[in-house]
Amino acid sequence: MAEQIFHDHSSDLSYKAKWYAGRVAVYGILIFWTVVCLFPIYWTVTTSFKLAPNVMQGHMIPLVDFWPAWKGWDSLGLSPRLAGQESTVREEFLKRFTNSAITSVSASVLAVVLGSLAAYGLSRFRYKFGFMRNPDISFFFLSQLILPPVVLALPFLVLYRSLDLLDTRIGLILLYTLTVLPIVIWIMRDQFQSIPVELEEAALVDGLSIWQAFLTIVMPIALPGMVAAFILSLVLTWNEYFFAALLTSTDAKTLPVMVASQTGSQGINWWAMAALSTAAIVPLIIIGVVLERFIIKGMAAGAVK
Amino acid sequence: MSQGDLLHVVTGDDIGDRRRFIGKTLIWGSFAIVVAAFAMCAMAQTGYLAWELANWRPALYAYLLWATCLCIAQVVLHGEQGKRTLFVLPATLFVVAMVIFPLIFALTLAFSNWNLSAFEGPRFNGLDNVRQMWADPFYWNALKNMVYYTLAILVEYSIAFGLALIQASQIRARKFFRVAFLMPLMLSPVAVSWMVGKSMLEIRFGPISRLARWLGWDRPSFFGDPEIARLTIMIMDAWTFIPFMMIMLLAGLQAIPREVQEAARVDGASGWRSFWEVTFPLMLPVSLTAILIRIIFKLKLADIIINVTSGGPGGATDSVTSFIFREYRDRSNVGYGTLLAIVYLVLIVVAITVFMKAVDRWMNPRY
Repeated sequence: MAEQIFHDHSSDLSYKAKWYAGRVAVYGILIFWTVVCLFPIYWTVTTSFKLAPNVMQGHMIPLVDFWPAWKGWDSLGLSPRLAGQESTVREEFLKRFTNSAITSVSASVLAVVLGSLAAYGLSRFRYKFGFMRNPDISFFFLSQLILPPVVLALPFLVLYRSLDLLDTRIGLILLYTLTVLPIVIWIMRDQFQSIPVELEEAALVDGLSIWQAFLTIVMPIALPGMVAAFILSLVLTWNEYFFAALLTSTDAKTLPVMVASQTGSQGINWWAMAALSTAAIVPLIIIGVVLERFIIKGMAAGAVK
Repeated sequence: MSQGDLLHVVTGDDIGDRRRFIGKTLIWGSFAIVVAAFAMCAMAQTGYLAWELANWRPALYAYLLWATCLCIAQVVLHGEQGKRTLFVLPATLFVVAMVIFPLIFALTLAFSNWNLSAFEGPRFNGLDNVRQMWADPFYWNALKNMVYYTLAILVEYSIAFGLALIQASQIRARKFFRVAFLMPLMLSPVAVSWMVGKSMLEIRFGPISRLARWLGWDRPSFFGDPEIARLTIMIMDAWTFIPFMMIMLLAGLQAIPREVQEAARVDGASGWRSFWEVTFPLMLPVSLTAILIRIIFKLKLADIIINVTSGGPGGATDSVTSFIFREYRDRSNVGYGTLLAIVYLVLIVVAITVFMKAVDRWMNPRY
């Protein structure tokens, strides 16, 4: 074989080695962080299928280390064995689940409706309410973000008691709407500002009223933004614990409160807690995987002007 | 921006005297109903009326009625212009009812002694709550902890920035990594406090304790020592919120035009220098927004603390919110708790205003 004539220069070769080292480092960091992010979820899901000895011996991998058992899910009444039977625990769980679902979905819908309307108005018209002009009104809405929930918590406790709204879903829905409204307005204002005014002008020339133009022309264009705002609100309200813990006791108790109330009592009974935690986080994990681009869109809205 | 609407419409509304009268009547008539309902409820409460009212619901319904009438009256009074007001009015009325009114109520509450579980109602006690707060070491301790927790944001920020840089570079399986990195944000803090705080950090069987033992820490304890307990809480909170900052920073990175970095490379800047002299300065506005929002979220930190340590050991991990929560749950005194919360709000508003002014001065220096 003839001697090779064309060589890579030695500096190019070292460049290549450096490139590979860089790649290894980058993927090493990525994989490490993926493990950091996903391991707790993996741990919780597998623990819900463990028995006491598996927990104590630190078994990690199902089917290899240990044989999955349904004991944790039994305690929630959600295992295949109990599927056809009456189960009080399952009813309790489903009640909390529906409470959470109803409050978070209605609060998000309400916030998106109120917030989109306000954001649209603020991005298109000049207002003057007393001394308040547009920037003041915007600030008035967005400044609600700074308000920590604890400031409102105790007054609301007293007010709701006298309004007989304690431990009702309506009460929670109203408060949750309030907490996510500034975020919705923030996202939607950004959304509407990116839609050219000429669209509505054309629609108005064609004889639509301003509300018709909003509902038939602008809203369909802004829909992705509305979905993003909705999903983000859903995540925040589904996970809300503080208000729910203070303002609900039996009827309107939500899933996070149920999870929190069980943590103390269970001791080493991990499988039951793990099953409950899994059931509480699964809906949002599904939403996160399926609708990831909307969540990212929503959070990125305020970042880039 | 110039004066006038962005979307300018010329309308020929002809509003007669009759219409104006109807509109005014609607507003003031329904307002009279609100006043009457409030007066009725207040009188029933204090026992001036013959019949008992179970609650203040009539006042609430009257407010709803007034809000609706106000909206209708806008159209009646101002025509097209009123229809525009209708976009903002519902949200405004909602926020006024839900924030302004409770805040005013909170101010009266803050200067009274009201034990909710006792039979007697609120008792005005002047500045007693303030004096009690002044002498309450646990409240000051909680405030001090909040400063530590807020400072931890700088570390979170650098981790998030690093991850965002990697995500913005040329990598495979970008979508997979993005979804995976987003996951912690989806989980509820309550679930996290069990998953991580109660089970993974459990001293005997938790996987992290096992890892710590394997690494040579003989008797790992994550919540025994005050400093370590605070650090553990910081890490758990950081774990849930790093994705949030990462995504904002990633959006900022992707908005930087490629040409800028290419120009820097052509000019011979190394990776490190092009980061510090090109990327980082360009990212400053986004970074500040992300940090500000993160601070706002951090100031609400409570769920994890309430569920994992409930402030212990000895108040070392207490945040203001969790402290007030326990204060209420142990003594059910709403007055004192409200005062603490209002003081906290004032401190936050002052601190954030100063922060924003400082940032503004720094970003737009006036020479």
